[in-house]
Amino acid sequence: MSSTEPLIALTGLAVGLRMRDGGVQPLLRGVDLAVRAGESIGIVGESGSGKSTLALAAMGYLRPGLVQTSGTARFAATDMFSPAGRALRGGRLALIPQNAGQALTPTLRIGAQIGEALRLHASLPASEHPARIVDLLAQVRLPTPDVLARRFPHELSGGQQQRAAIAMALAGDPEALLLDEPTTGLDVTTQAHVLELLRDLAVRRGLAMVYVSHDLGAVARVCERIAVMYAGEIVAQGTARHILRAPAHPYARALIAAIPRTDRASLPGAIEGRPPPPGGAGIGCAFAPRCPLAAEPCHASHPPLIAAPGGGEVRCRRAAEALALPLAAAPVNRTARTETAAPVLRLDALAVRYREASLADRVLRRPPATDVVADIALELHPGETIGLVGESGSGKSTILKAIAGLLAPASGSLRLGETLLPTRSALRSPAARRVIQLVFQNPDESLNPRHTIGDILAQPLGLYFGLAGAALHNRSTALLAQVRLGPHYLDRLPAQLSGGEKQRVAIARAFAADPDIVLCDEVTSALDVSVQAAIIALLDTLRRERRAACLFVSHDLGVVRALADRVVVLYQGRICEAGPADAVYASPAHPYTEALLDAVLKPDPDHTLRLLASDIVESGPPARGCAFQNRCPCPVGEICRTQTPPAREIAPGHTVRCHLH
Amino acid sequence: MAVSSTLLGRTLARGSGALGLGLVAIHILLALFAPLLVPYDPLTIDGAMMFDPPGAAHWLGTDELGRDILTRTLLGGRQAMLVTAVATPVAVAWGGLLGIWLGLAGGRIDAVLMRLVDAVLSLPWILKMLLIIVTFGAAAQVLTVTLAFFYGVPVIRVARAAAHGVVARDFIAAARARGHGTGAIVLREVLPNVRDALMVEGAMRWSWMLLAFSSLSFLGFGVAPPTPDWGLMIADSRNSMAIAPWSALAPILALSTLITGINLAADALAKAAGLDRAQNVVH
Amino acid sequence: MLRILVTRLALGVTTVALVSLLIFAAVEALPGDACVAVLQRDAVGVRLENCRRDLGLDRPAVARYLDWAQGALHGDLGRSAGSNAPIAPMLAVRLRNTMLLAGCALAVGVPLALLLGILAALRRERAPDIIASLAGIIGMTVPEFVSATVLIYVFSIWLGWVPGIVMADSAAPLAAFFPGIVLPVVVLTMVMTAHIMRTVRSSVIDVLASDHVQMARLKGVPEHRVILVHVLPSALLPAINVVALTVAWLLGGVVVVEKVFNYPGLGRFLVDSITERDLPVVQAIALLLGSVYVGVNLAADLLTLLLNPRLRSRQSGA
Repeated sequence: MSSTEPLIALTGLAVGLRMRDGGVQPLLRGVDLAVRAGESIGIVGESGSGKSTLALAAMGYLRPGLVQTSGTARFAATDMFSPAGRALRGGRLALIPQNAGQALTPTLRIGAQIGEALRLHASLPASEHPARIVDLLAQVRLPTPDVLARRFPHELSGGQQQRAAIAMALAGDPEALLLDEPTTGLDVTTQAHVLELLRDLAVRRGLAMVYVSHDLGAVARVCERIAVMYAGEIVAQGTARHILRAPAHPYARALIAAIPRTDRASLPGAIEGRPPPPGGAGIGCAFAPRCPLAAEPCHASHPPLIAAPGGGEVRCRRAAEALALPLAAAPVNRTARTETAAPVLRLDALAVRYREASLADRVLRRPPATDVVADIALELHPGETIGLVGESGSGKSTILKAIAGLLAPASGSLRLGETLLPTRSALRSPAARRVIQLVFQNPDESLNPRHTIGDILAQPLGLYFGLAGAALHNRSTALLAQVRLGPHYLDRLPAQLSGGEKQRVAIARAFAADPDIVLCDEVTSALDVSVQAAIIALLDTLRRERRAACLFVSHDLGVVRALADRVVVLYQGRICEAGPADAVYASPAHPYTEALLDAVLKPDPDHTLRLLASDIVESGPPARGCAFQNRCPCPVGEICRTQTPPAREIAPGHTVRCHLH
Repeated sequence: MAVSSTLLGRTLARGSGALGLGLVAIHILLALFAPLLVPYDPLTIDGAMMFDPPGAAHWLGTDELGRDILTRTLLGGRQAMLVTAVATPVAVAWGGLLGIWLGLAGGRIDAVLMRLVDAVLSLPWILKMLLIIVTFGAAAQVLTVTLAFFYGVPVIRVARAAAHGVVARDFIAAARARGHGTGAIVLREVLPNVRDALMVEGAMRWSWMLLAFSSLSFLGFGVAPPTPDWGLMIADSRNSMAIAPWSALAPILALSTLITGINLAADALAKAAGLDRAQNVVH
Repeated sequence: MLRILVTRLALGVTTVALVSLLIFAAVEALPGDACVAVLQRDAVGVRLENCRRDLGLDRPAVARYLDWAQGALHGDLGRSAGSNAPIAPMLAVRLRNTMLLAGCALAVGVPLALLLGILAALRRERAPDIIASLAGIIGMTVPEFVSATVLIYVFSIWLGWVPGIVMADSAAPLAAFFPGIVLPVVVLTMVMTAHIMRTVRSSVIDVLASDHVQMARLKGVPEHRVILVHVLPSALLPAINVVALTVAWLLGGVVVVEKVFNYPGLGRFLVDSITERDLPVVQAIALLLGSVYVGVNLAADLLTLLLNPRLRSRQSGA
């Protein structure tokens, strides 16, 4: 394998962003990469590391505004930036894009788009194209391929769109695939299925793959080799085992330590500081300003790529010492509390329906819309954190909105302490509004872009405590300090802050109200892992210092594991399982919980996925029976279709809704 | 304040923006100081000087009654600019606030009012304006109120659409959950985010009002002779176009540079604010 | 799909009904009525009463509105207060003339605008774009009576190529409007081309920057096919609505051009009726123009819905 010519060869490739003043800010700084036929390599890095630019540059494509400043990108010895190289695009070398929903042309049917690739790259007579299109769609394991070929992209689910994009890439019978975050944005179980498909295709067709991702777990599943990128260059590369088990670069180690784990409760390790902006890497090691081992020479000159002590190559002078840095955070002790205090929040048989039956519905006797969320019962105790877990469409955000008074539930009740809460926030007392605070997923959406950070914090402080003038300023400064931001942030606009900083401000705004209950809606899912780790740590500290109870919604089982005392698993708006986090993660009792846990990717080359639940897409809960009946790997029988499983307590505080129990 | 000054800076940084704002500024200054600058009386009829071609005494020539065209051109935009300069902010303010409120409130009141807006918009501007003018006359006050009303109606639509882009965002949900009232949400959360769109809309409304005003004068429904007015001057010059073509040139240039200037500025403003004006063609 | 169609149609009908109410109410609210306007100084005593009885003005407003609306539904728009002739035929012939003018302008302007808009977007920030954008601004902003005046001076008085006014009267055969119609068509084309071109340009630029176009290029699709197959179908959708607004504008808002060129179309008819206070005619024209506006916008919405697979199923699913 070592003697063969590399199929994809990047040598000293440098790409920069052309500025208005004529200068160039480097995005890729001298990248060397060789991929042989049939080999799969993962390119891992956080946002801004240049990994997507690298994947596109390997195809000889640069986004508008980018220029190639030096080096070459070759495929089978052909310069990809030459016309000859351009002719290979989509044929021998194909791209699988990040977001297939955006990357498929909305006005063309799936079949037509695959047919176009066939016409351009396959030596197949046109009469055989229709059959080939169906065949390709079947190869990516799409059900009813002949039907899907006639559909428009938006009529497919996210997972199906991604599979269609894969089929389109396969149409040219490629030797190599470039994958740009192909599973980002998909649900865990869907992601697991797509990854297995890719693995399988690579092996069967002997494809070379360059797999770009922020997710070490996904890369570990698919790739033999891994390269870690930081600030536009490769800082460590080697076999998956080298990089995941004994990485010799401090950044690579920190990155792995920042990944939340599901096997035990632990706070993932955050990386201090933030990566340099494009062109801001300076002359020394780009990671030196954030590196715990950085010494004088690290700042003074650029480190060369050397053989790493644990195997592979690394761009670090202190690689030997780096091996001693921790790869995982220490576990924390979350003793399941024996709760005696009365719950601070209680949900009883809560149900939410998006559309009330209109007059037309009643006249036409349409069946009533099924509740998107039904029969939710929950007790949140003072100081406790409950993790609400589920995939998209599970209704977890809907529940938070109902608690916050932004959505009126169709039935059921909400109690704050002993008092019944009015459904709409406008009808609630100011005190009731103050004690429940909400932190949203994306701070770009939840912070008014036209308000300074000072204005943003002033709103709850003015509304609930009537603060103004010096008192307001002091309180705001103190709040910022609690989320580790300096007072100079008060005059800044959100656009001047990084994603993590913005989320800190959003958290500060929630805690400004001195709440008893903080509702967190996917608060880390828009962030890089290292930033996510810092936000998790911050939330953990704040909720303990302020003794706030927390309802933490996430699709990421690792993040929930890090924070939650108890876990509630949702599927299609119904609770499947609820119990102490330790118990649920260690011995999941509901088939869906088990499927979710088995689909979690781990940065471990030896970890295998078990695909339990079938990968079909459900647009809504079934009208009768168990919500999970259509995907369940182990149905009991007819009873699953006809009867809603009741909640059964299988251990103290651990309830399951499944006919198996 | 900081945003507005940088927005102005970004608008000026574009060549077209600087040109447009420059043209508008010159027009405003000329309109303000014209009475001090004009060489002749605009109304004095001089039978001996009819259709005098441009020369040393009358730089731009004289018209059919021997009046100095330079003088009349310098003074000819004052009424149009005064009326539209008052009507524009009024139109943007009432249309903008109502539109934002409808965008936020939604529901039945929104549906009903938008039908009304559609109905008003479906009638051509000239019909609406003329019905008022034939009844109440074409005094400046009447024109100001009428323009402010009818040109505020399309602003409702623009502001409502802009508000819809903001209302769905989480910071509005956050404000609602905190318990702020609708008025506070309109003014504090939504307005700052649609302000740029409203400014651009205001610039466009201004240019359309000027167009409407001078069209009315041209058709003989607006400013009454002998008051100098560009639209009227162009209309008058048409009768003598074959013998004195210069008489139309000055008012044509004046009117065109003002309206083009406003539009160049609006375009640059829209680009500087990251808005797309071309998508926005509700008359 | 059927459900959207019905909803949109119902909304359109509601709007037209509102227009009729609005215009009836507005005319009602004006001081004086048709008889006062027509009889002028003689509008006193028995003559006024007779006139009012003849025109039915002595009955309550609601009854008159209902009568009028019912007549309008059957194509009977009443009689002119001035000439006492039925309005519908007068209106029909003016509408025919206006449609001729609008049709000519659309036939020239729409293809030109699409071409220029696409070209400007593809050569963004380069000479073709800058020239087209500048011409667009000028075409859009220079008042119609200004460009008309300049064109008449240059092509009619100075060069003598085409007549500066239309001599035909309103009922003349269509052929009689040529070549006098050339200059008004040019003026109208300038304005409408600018509007449509700008929309097309920005929409094409948006689509060019989208992920699916990048993907098509990375799939190896040749550039001309990228434009034709992956860009234009979605980029031209916004143009439909602008064209609809243009049609409505051409049919109802070109009073100035008709006046300048002495063209016997709807616009001039409208202005003359208002100045003569022939209120039944004003009402009839207003109702017609309002319906046209609602109608073309409705047609554009439905066409967009039909051509955009995304909108189509999203809305029918809702």
